[in-house]
Amino acid sequence: MSDHDQEVTSEEAGPTGTEPSPQQHFRSRFGGLSGTIAPVITTVIAFLMGGLVVLFTGKNPLKVYHAVFNGTGINWFFHVGNHHARVPFSTHKMWFPWDTGSIAAGNLQQTLLLTTPIILTALALAFAFRCGLFNIGGQGQYTAGTIFAVWLGSSFIHMNPFLHVMLCLIAGTLAGAAWAGIAGILKATVGAHEVISTIMLNWIAYWVGSYLFGEGGPLQGSQPSIPISNDIADGAKLPVFWGIALLQGLSIGIFIAIGILVVYWILINRTTLGFEVRAVGFNPEAARYGGVSVARNYFLAMAISGAFAGLAGALDITGWEYRIGENDIQASSIGFIGLAAALLGRNTALGVGVASLLFGALINGTSGRQLDPSIFRPDLAGNLTTIIQGLVILFVGLNLGGIGLWLKKRRRPGRRLDGAPQGAEAPALPAPERET
Amino acid sequence: MADAPLLELRAITKRFPGVLANDNVNFDLRRGEVHALLGENGAGKSTLMNILYGLYTPDIGEILLDGKHIDLGSTKAAIEHGIGMVHQHFMLIPVMTVAENIVLATEPRQMGVLLDYDAARKRVRELSGRYGLAVDPDARIDRITVGQQQRVEILKALYRGAEILILDEPTAVLTPQEAKELFEIIRSLKSQGKSIIFISHKLNEVLDIADRITTLRRGVVVDTIPAAGATEEGLARMMVGREVLLRVDKHASTPGAPLLQVEDLRVIDDRGLEAVRDVSFEVRGGEIVGLAGVDANGQSELIDAIAGLRRPASGRIVVDGHDLTHANAKQALDAGVGHIPEDRHRRGLVLPFSLTENIALHGYRTPPNSRHGFLNAGAMVSRARRLLEEFDVRGGQPSTPAGALSGGNQQKVVLAREIDGDPKVLIAAQPTRGLDVGAIEFVHRRLVEQRDAGRAVLLVSLELEEILSLSDRILVIYEGRIVGEFPPTTTEEELGFAMTGGKREEAA
Repeated sequence: MSDHDQEVTSEEAGPTGTEPSPQQHFRSRFGGLSGTIAPVITTVIAFLMGGLVVLFTGKNPLKVYHAVFNGTGINWFFHVGNHHARVPFSTHKMWFPWDTGSIAAGNLQQTLLLTTPIILTALALAFAFRCGLFNIGGQGQYTAGTIFAVWLGSSFIHMNPFLHVMLCLIAGTLAGAAWAGIAGILKATVGAHEVISTIMLNWIAYWVGSYLFGEGGPLQGSQPSIPISNDIADGAKLPVFWGIALLQGLSIGIFIAIGILVVYWILINRTTLGFEVRAVGFNPEAARYGGVSVARNYFLAMAISGAFAGLAGALDITGWEYRIGENDIQASSIGFIGLAAALLGRNTALGVGVASLLFGALINGTSGRQLDPSIFRPDLAGNLTTIIQGLVILFVGLNLGGIGLWLKKRRRPGRRLDGAPQGAEAPALPAPERET
Repeated sequence: MADAPLLELRAITKRFPGVLANDNVNFDLRRGEVHALLGENGAGKSTLMNILYGLYTPDIGEILLDGKHIDLGSTKAAIEHGIGMVHQHFMLIPVMTVAENIVLATEPRQMGVLLDYDAARKRVRELSGRYGLAVDPDARIDRITVGQQQRVEILKALYRGAEILILDEPTAVLTPQEAKELFEIIRSLKSQGKSIIFISHKLNEVLDIADRITTLRRGVVVDTIPAAGATEEGLARMMVGREVLLRVDKHASTPGAPLLQVEDLRVIDDRGLEAVRDVSFEVRGGEIVGLAGVDANGQSELIDAIAGLRRPASGRIVVDGHDLTHANAKQALDAGVGHIPEDRHRRGLVLPFSLTENIALHGYRTPPNSRHGFLNAGAMVSRARRLLEEFDVRGGQPSTPAGALSGGNQQKVVLAREIDGDPKVLIAAQPTRGLDVGAIEFVHRRLVEQRDAGRAVLLVSLELEEILSLSDRILVIYEGRIVGEFPPTTTEEELGFAMTGGKREEAA
């Protein structure tokens, strides 16, 4: 197609009120909902296909999904009764409709612990996306955050606890920002593509972390031949308000993550910075013409993205991990789960929150210890999450909005077979979405 | 001209949600005639033609070919009935050759699977020879000019056996020279018995090429008249539904102090070549200076330099006493340079942004639009509401995405934003490109208003008519140099001569 076909001109789309194009019909009919419908359809199809896989293993998908659901702890909300709960950070007890000590409660704590970093790594992708950048380096930025949180948390043992935990969180955040900022600077100055540079930075973080905590590494703990760091000081740990810290209870990190979702929304929608970022994301040339420095925004968007991912790492360390080993760094894939959550959540604050909870719950629900082997083989269960995550990315890439349009076209034979700008409706990568 | 029509569209009605795009439209085409379909953007021309090309099915109405009812459920059916369409935006594959594009989907084959390229080339030569459409069959589409690409589209339709050709705004993408050549081609096709539907909103073209003219307004046929005897004024009235001033109504200018001074400016383009060479001129407050020239003679680079979007290699740019030679876009804006960019989609607007956000694109940094880095949505929306009202932008609320507006209304949004910024110097680059007569009149009136308000207006346009009717002084740019200055009383011929590098003692 020639250059002319690349851009959807309004003349082509038809001026509002007179000659709407089929695209506009579709939007006008489903416009208000298409923003939520596509992700929901995506999820449903992914779960159906996951169910098929379960069927192939000779198990009953309904039973498996039921067990997975129970493993997530979300069923906790359905068991209302007459219970008493400890008021967090005190010895008082009060009446509470749910049993805070049940197995389901423990599962829910795990789900929310997992949701916390997913929210933040998803925001790391979403924010850059709004600026037209594909930050695939959430994993490396997360690792940078964990390294600094562990390092500073296991140093300064006698520091004031509040200052110590703040130091860890801020340092982790800044480490993530700096790590992504490298890609941002390269993009802004020499135009190096951020996908390439962030993938390379992921590997650098991976091997630097492996070296630091590996055998003989400078941050390896005091036990020789075990490639794990020292524990962080008690003062550097986030308060656990539900469950027992030693058994991975739920820390206040989840509230920090939810707070950051709000910050993200405000930043994108209510600040001049967000305005510039979105303008650059949609049309860098128009932004430049409006007096916006495109290079500055590329850098800032990457750095802020990295800050989210770095904070995710720091929250994991100070919230429940307390230490990190060479293995943890090499096995972690939280940055990529965040990527799926951001795509499914369409880069909006609410969408990212919901999608992150979905993935957090799924990972926890399919983790080996939650499943009865007679219902589904626990060693296969984790793969179910990976399958669903992969399908989500695949379908979001396909853009179900485009499929809806195609189906509509099918129903009316002969409509728009001319192949008018396809690119506009089905981009190879999902275009940055508007905040709802 | 009294023979039975080859093609007849009877009582076509097409309704889209909330809009009646075609309302009981009757249209017919005789063999060997050029029938123009005239109307403003959004009048329903494209809908009607898309129905004829099988892209839409009408809600009511029927189509007759040679007096027989036909069903056009798809483009394939339309092509089988000998109907071909050349879209405004070409449907060609840039990396393939001319011949490959033309034979695509119905290609001659060898042994059933291989493309018989020699046969394809031969067929293309034959066709292009017969109709006088000169193209090189072996050239790659992305290496040939837009005018040639259009010929390929026409050949593609002819190759598929088109007897009826629909040309959708064919001159919109062409230079005046290419348009002239296209008209020759149309006449040659006509003389060989092809029937042509020519869609346009340009009055002079329609009068030039058409045998009959049908005017659509808001989905309804106003009238079908023979071109002989029709006038531009009459057609404009039919199209817009009221008297339209084709000539700009303005008083003599009263120039004040120079607000824009450009001295010995040199600007290098993206390819590293000198695009602007030692250009010096000034624009005074209260005058419109027109910069005439053939496309790509340094106009874009000159504008970019003044607007702070490109660093000059040497020389000086002064706006109202402030040296802006090394300014960036923000500094130029702050110093009072308003800029209506030549491409509103690429630069002027962020299409997915709401009108509010597009209007805020200038001024979002300062109160009342924002304070301490936080946007004030209320102030932004009320400014947008005021400007949409003041500039008569139709079809959009402050929350409507800019991409949903028609071209004319989009341009009004750009104009509103630039004028509301209270510029000292207003650069208007191709301000009426792609607009219909009603919108052109509006833009011209606003530009004259800006002049009368004491602003310095630099009008850059490829349309000589526009330059002549608006400007108080005319500069001609050729190969990056200002080659002459003319009064507005000069003729198009004289300007055209200077624009193509004709050496001549100018009258100044």
